[in-house]
Amino acid sequence: MLKRALAIVAILIIGYWLAQGLSQVPFGQDKMLVSKYYLDHVKEQTGAVNAVTAVVVNYRGFDTLGEVTVLFIASTGVGALLWRKKRKRTAKTKGSVVLTTGSKLLFPFIMLFGMYIFIHGHLTPGGGFPGGATIATAFLLMYMAFTTYEISHKGFEVTEGFAGMGYVLVGLIGLAIGGYFLFDWIWQTWHLGTSNIGRLFSGGFIPVIYTIIGIKVGTELSGIIDNMLKEEVKE
Amino acid sequence: MNCVACIEYVIIGLMIVSAILAVEWRDLLAAVVGMTAVSLFASILFFFLQAPDVAMTEAAIGAALSGAVFIFAIKRTYRYETEEEEKPGWWMRW
Repeated sequence: MLKRALAIVAILIIGYWLAQGLSQVPFGQDKMLVSKYYLDHVKEQTGAVNAVTAVVVNYRGFDTLGEVTVLFIASTGVGALLWRKKRKRTAKTKGSVVLTTGSKLLFPFIMLFGMYIFIHGHLTPGGGFPGGATIATAFLLMYMAFTTYEISHKGFEVTEGFAGMGYVLVGLIGLAIGGYFLFDWIWQTWHLGTSNIGRLFSGGFIPVIYTIIGIKVGTELSGIIDNMLKEEVKE
Repeated sequence: MNCVACIEYVIIGLMIVSAILAVEWRDLLAAVVGMTAVSLFASILFFFLQAPDVAMTEAAIGAALSGAVFIFAIKRTYRYETEEEEKPGWWMRW
């Protein structure tokens, strides 16, 4: 009882302190200089209409590389922790007719929507991470509907590795051309798509990198689902 | 009062209710549903706050994938939380 009372008192003190501090911060006003700079210069510097993806991929590209690395480490960790010599799917209950038919029907559309999200990342809200997660949910649906469904491990792992290498390779090409890592070489040196801002073929290397990130995140999250579902079988 | 603000307050209330239920329910499968409900309401709230990309990520990761991972974990362990006697806190054991 004393523990609970102390916990409640501590939460109230911390909550009051946070509310006191945060009540003075303006929300959604033109106060922050950095965001103002991004909003003013995003079109001429990156060619992206969606300022959020321009910040994520272009201005803060190195952070995004770190995020992708964190996801890769998480996926590898799950695979290593749940490693067994022989693992198989052991689900016995078959999916109902509604589930199997519905997932067969919906699977291509969910894949298409995920790809749309990451290919159009520089134009519409979204990007590589939501698109990849959407693709992984499509595979999750297939796993739940069919008891024997499995992704092809070889293909998925190779695709994931090549996508990760592709991101670093794009950055290294920027280093060779422009002098720093993840320099936007498509936009800054070739000026591709300067005349059609707002169309699909614009935005420098943002669509390229977001396609790579989308493929990588989708394959990684599908691999995590696959690792979590399989169980050890005795021989 | 602006009506969008009313909807936001209703969603925040539902979020708090489902978070409390997720903590309190002894049936862990139901608790996972409560946790994904928090994510779902949070994603609607992000949409109202004009962050549709965050809303999409929250709906895909928070509501779908993490819920599925928790359900797989429950399938391998136990479904019901067991009663534990309340032990004294660290300041008592010292």
